[in-house]
Amino acid sequence: MDGAHSGGTNRRGGQADPLRAELERRLQLLADHGQRADPKDITAAVESIMATVEGDLSAVNLKLYAEIEALGRYIESAKAEIAEVRPDEIRDQHLPTATDELEAIVGATEQATNQILEAVESIEEVAGEVDEAKSEKITGAVTQVYEACNFQDITGQRITKVVTALQEIERKVDALLAAFGEEMARNQIKRRQAEAASKDDEKSLMNGPASPNEAVSQEDIDALLASFD
Amino acid sequence: MAGVDFNMPILVVDDYKTMLRIIRNLLKQLGFNNVDEATDGSVALQKLRDKKYGLVISDWNMEPMSGLQLLKEVRADQRLNDLPFIMVTAESKSENVVAAKEAGVTNYIIKPFNAATLKTKLTAVIGQF
Repeated sequence: MDGAHSGGTNRRGGQADPLRAELERRLQLLADHGQRADPKDITAAVESIMATVEGDLSAVNLKLYAEIEALGRYIESAKAEIAEVRPDEIRDQHLPTATDELEAIVGATEQATNQILEAVESIEEVAGEVDEAKSEKITGAVTQVYEACNFQDITGQRITKVVTALQEIERKVDALLAAFGEEMARNQIKRRQAEAASKDDEKSLMNGPASPNEAVSQEDIDALLASFD
Repeated sequence: MAGVDFNMPILVVDDYKTMLRIIRNLLKQLGFNNVDEATDGSVALQKLRDKKYGLVISDWNMEPMSGLQLLKEVRADQRLNDLPFIMVTAESKSENVVAAKEAGVTNYIIKPFNAATLKTKLTAVIGQF
């Protein structure tokens, strides 16, 4: 045992309790100013770190306390900022919606391209029934349409890349939510209360085209309109 | 020199059905009517082992078996290893082209492509027509 330990300034010696009391007092001050860290948690963390500190509780040790306090404040502030970004909404609403919309684009462009190709194939058949000059003209135009329809493959591949990127973001957000779950839950309750108080009914009606599985047919709309008569 | 056999079976491989249709139609315009289709490398490989083809035109980016994997399987198969193989793909980085060349690709077309490019590449692979 060295002299410093036996001198009672080590945290495991006689001054451990006053230090702990001082730390808790400071953390309580933080809590009173709106910080949400549980002082017991941070105390436990500090104790764990201090358990590895040897020698006198000098100015260096006190500085360490201050640094850890600052770190605690920084973490709390970061958590609050992350919560404000609403990662739960990003994961549960925005990302799935974006993915669905992109997949709908791929489906719609594929369907349209097939319709175009079908129509152009019919035109191409006519090319065999007319004179050579006209036939050449028709075939040339038809070829240009075939070439232009390349776009569906290219845009489809690009959109697939975006969907893959969104899925990666979803995984990261999931990890974030797992780390800050409680914070998010508290914020969600507050947010829903605020949203309920300020709901804009007209804005909520502007959602753009419905996804194919949610879309309502013209017949359904006509039936609905007729039901008002 | 023997002329080009317009009746030779050609296998077109792409996971986009619209692209299969476009390539089939362009080949038809060029006089090639004996065209089969496959939507990924593994289906294509089975077709190649079941029937004798004169040419493969394949996309790269497909699952579960990519065009590059298909090419490697073709080159590793004694009965298929001299089959002309054209890659038609949006993968335009030089490392892709190098990898395809090292795997034994016969020619390489970048998407989007036009009918003239397809004809030029076909001519380079199977001869003037």
